[in-house]
Amino acid sequence: MTDAIRKPLQLTVNRAKVADFVEPRTSLADFLREQQMLTGTNIGCEQGVCGACTLMVDGAPARSCITPAIACAGSDVRSIEGFDDDALMNELRAAFTAEHALQCGYCTPGMLVTARDIVSRLPDADDARVRLELSGNLCRCTGYVGIVRAIRLVLDARRARAAQPLAAAVTA
Amino acid sequence: MKAAAFDYEKPLACDEAIRLVTPTDGMGKFVSGSQSLGPMMNLRLAQPELLVDLRGIAALRETRSDGEYGVIGACVTHAEIEDGAIEDFTQGLMAHVARGIAYRAVRNRGTLGGSLAHADPAADWINVMCALAADFLVAGPGGERVVASADWMAGAFTTALEADEILTGVRIRRLSDTARWSYYKFNRKPGEFAEAIAVFIDDARAGICRAVIGAIDAPPCLIANARALVDDPSPALLDPCLTGAGLEPGTYEYQVHRVALMRAAATLREHGRNPQ
Repeated sequence: MTDAIRKPLQLTVNRAKVADFVEPRTSLADFLREQQMLTGTNIGCEQGVCGACTLMVDGAPARSCITPAIACAGSDVRSIEGFDDDALMNELRAAFTAEHALQCGYCTPGMLVTARDIVSRLPDADDARVRLELSGNLCRCTGYVGIVRAIRLVLDARRARAAQPLAAAVTA
Repeated sequence: MKAAAFDYEKPLACDEAIRLVTPTDGMGKFVSGSQSLGPMMNLRLAQPELLVDLRGIAALRETRSDGEYGVIGACVTHAEIEDGAIEDFTQGLMAHVARGIAYRAVRNRGTLGGSLAHADPAADWINVMCALAADFLVAGPGGERVVASADWMAGAFTTALEADEILTGVRIRRLSDTARWSYYKFNRKPGEFAEAIAVFIDDARAGICRAVIGAIDAPPCLIANARALVDDPSPALLDPCLTGAGLEPGTYEYQVHRVALMRAAATLREHGRNPQ
């Protein structure tokens, strides 16, 4: 498609400024995978249902398969590759490993982004709320039990840590 | 699948947006969050030649209070309504409904106006706006006009909007602080489009008690005086409402809508949803 419309696009991807040209029809997921060689974002249903392509746009989870890349001009996009030095994401990754929260791994990048959103936005979530929030991310391997446990592990650990400084102050 | 090729513009004002779409002879479409249009384009059910992104228009993101009315801009997202980031004109009804729309990642981008312009009968806002008797504020090449909620939807995915008109927002009459409401949505999995929706709004001070039967293959069915239905949801009262909504007795659809209506009526009767 040499005669396809291509338009300039500038945005931030994983803290790096990116300037490129895109066809307006190119989804954010395809832009990252095909033009930025960031293949950590997986594409499943391409209709916003399965959640595999979920990543962060301007600090909030978004479906990159139904969001045109060009609609993210000026935005701050963070894909799974952009979380390597993120303490909370690393805690979730360790919990996913410990609780067998993945098997084939296809849903995992989107699952981790959603999990991070749950833990940071809903620190008091119980298991029912975790499951409700996970309803937009499909996993065909695990049956979700390990995923819910992994998120629970991180939620509980963070709650325990939040309570710690007070206890430390008392013993000091 | 991937969307067919299209061009894209992101203007900063409504009149500019309209000027871009008018010459496309119906092949240009306005878009905001693209959470409904995006999937339709990927499935190639929609193949617009031009998308005009409305999210750059600051006026469409504004919410203002106008005495007894509140106006919510079309580009306010479901997540903003869920989080209480805008003023609540409905005693918690809209925040409650927003929480049940699709999934958080969708709610972060999907907008009130986009959902209403898309007009899927099984979506939430189209039914809630009917129950609230909202006014739909429209801007077009000839200026602005107001469409009453009864006239908004002509059928599934069909609204009163012309191809070069923009839904700029909705105007809602504030519910009084003693108003009560209930909302019941039936779907097989959280976040899916509804198989049945029932809404009740009981605002004695404003003299209204309305119900809506929603998620039918048609515009929402308004029951303007639902008082008797709340007090006594007996078959003699329920069944004419359901057949009036075009539902056929003996079918699965009839039964799920009947149950939704009964449960919403019972919730209102026994609890109400108003925190007071």
